[in-house]
Amino acid sequence: MSTQNRLVKKLLKKPIALFCLVVLAAYVVVAGIVFFTGFGSEWANPLAAAHLPPTFGSGYRLWFGTDVMGRSILLKLVQGVYVSINVGFGTAILSAPIGIILGLLAGYFGGWLDEVISWLMTTLSSIPGILLLIAISYALGKGLFAVYVALTSTSWIGLARILRGEVLKHRRMEYLIAAEAIGASHSSRLFRHILPNVFHQVVLSLSFMVEMGIRSEVLLSYLGLGVQNLPSWGKMIDDAKGELHNGVWWQLTAATVAMFFLLVSLNVFGDYLRDALDPKARY
Amino acid sequence: MWTFLLKRILGSIPVVFGVAAIVFCLFNLVGGDPALLLVGKHATPERIASIRAELGLDQPLPKQFVQYLGQIVTFDFGRSYTTREDIRKKILDGLVPSISLTIPAFFLTTFFSLLIAMIVSFYRGRAIDRLSVAFFVFLMSMPGLAYILFGQYFLAARLGWAPISGYTAEWPDAIQYLKLPVLIYIFLNLGSDIRFYRNSLIEEVNQDYVRTARAKGTSEITIFLKHILKNAMIPVITYVVLEIPYLVLGSLLLESFFSIPGIGGMTVDAVANSDFPVLKAMTTVISLLYVFSTILMDVLYRIVDPRMSFK
Repeated sequence: MSTQNRLVKKLLKKPIALFCLVVLAAYVVVAGIVFFTGFGSEWANPLAAAHLPPTFGSGYRLWFGTDVMGRSILLKLVQGVYVSINVGFGTAILSAPIGIILGLLAGYFGGWLDEVISWLMTTLSSIPGILLLIAISYALGKGLFAVYVALTSTSWIGLARILRGEVLKHRRMEYLIAAEAIGASHSSRLFRHILPNVFHQVVLSLSFMVEMGIRSEVLLSYLGLGVQNLPSWGKMIDDAKGELHNGVWWQLTAATVAMFFLLVSLNVFGDYLRDALDPKARY
Repeated sequence: MWTFLLKRILGSIPVVFGVAAIVFCLFNLVGGDPALLLVGKHATPERIASIRAELGLDQPLPKQFVQYLGQIVTFDFGRSYTTREDIRKKILDGLVPSISLTIPAFFLTTFFSLLIAMIVSFYRGRAIDRLSVAFFVFLMSMPGLAYILFGQYFLAARLGWAPISGYTAEWPDAIQYLKLPVLIYIFLNLGSDIRFYRNSLIEEVNQDYVRTARAKGTSEITIFLKHILKNAMIPVITYVVLEIPYLVLGSLLLESFFSIPGIGGMTVDAVANSDFPVLKAMTTVISLLYVFSTILMDVLYRIVDPRMSFK
């Protein structure tokens, strides 16, 4: 059995880690249901009186109450799960290959290629994330596409930086000299020899990228720059900010709690992953 | 040291140029027609033409870029489109309210999180460490907006502990207005800061020099205070120095919720009004500050770490 498999097995034996994984899976399943069955696509229709408190017994749609237009909070929340999971996992999946390739190339070949890639990383990370997100959202027009481009263009940097440093360490190790001696090509040395040895860094960065994606999407949607025709947690919080003073707490609470459980599972699972994968984190 | 500083400043020119190029591309090239966005689709062609002329958008692109570089050097970013104010004056006016919120908040956060991180990493692996790690993961998983909204509602509107919003430049009256946003700022950042500091401290625990010190019979508390703490200062400095530009930016959300007339609130307003000149100036200024903070960080490293020299 490979080391990676053993680690996964070890991880699944920890009840808290397993619980977080189940919570994460539940969010992904809900997002999948929304995507494949179109569940909740009638969220925009008013169902009942405006600002109806959570009501049980007249259908699941009213469990979390209604908003200022009498629309179901539960349906809006579920659409928000879809948007969050879509942006969080989507941007992580797009950013990881960019980070892997640029990080490996910069560390392995060095020279002018390293200079150019390092310059790009320094330049992009000099612009404060939130302002870059705002600028890109404006440049490309408000909407999900701009959010994707904005998040992807920044979230590869952390991973690329870590991998570049790791490759610099590995480049001088004996197994790579041996690989060179038997005539392994550059691409074989990079992707078959180095990459598997630094892959735990990719896994660790992924959990961080997903979290950043989710947080940034909520912030951008709150500022009115995120998704336009779908409900999102950020937009729900924006809608709800004036409601609290009138005693209408359910919309804000629903969005907060939904976001909290997603982020807490990601954080805790990420910590367990780190403990399992990163030998330096032990004490 | 001075030659190092000079070299480092010259070395950052490509980065400054890169930042300028990216910001310019985003605002002047890709970003549709700002003039059209500002006045809407129903404006007369003359009106659009006059706005384009005012923003300098009727010039050829290379000329626009040179003008923009000139703006950076002279720190003169023209006028805000919505309020007609001089942007340089706006930024300088907003600076004091922003930093009177962020500087006390940042120092308190750093002080408490370093202190707590030191305590929990000294007792690493024991119940107090595990419980507090769980609590701080809880703190950092709460959405930032929830802290602000619930904090403002419960502490200001319901309990009347602080005014709901507002600001005054008069000290000490300003404390009344600033205490709640400062408190919320601390809670917003405490969880992730403690986690970062704890990880930095614990990375040092496994180093060989700790084993050597222990073998010599040095007490645990001396090892911690004299050996581990000193070595963990390097990541801590990085973290603290790179926060400086964001202190100037203020806190976008806190300032806008508490009506503090600082740079952050101004940025949120500029987003709402599509005020391009302001957004562009803000992005440029904060990015340049960031570049200078990294230079400052490099100098501090070399002062703290005797292994690194100024050559």
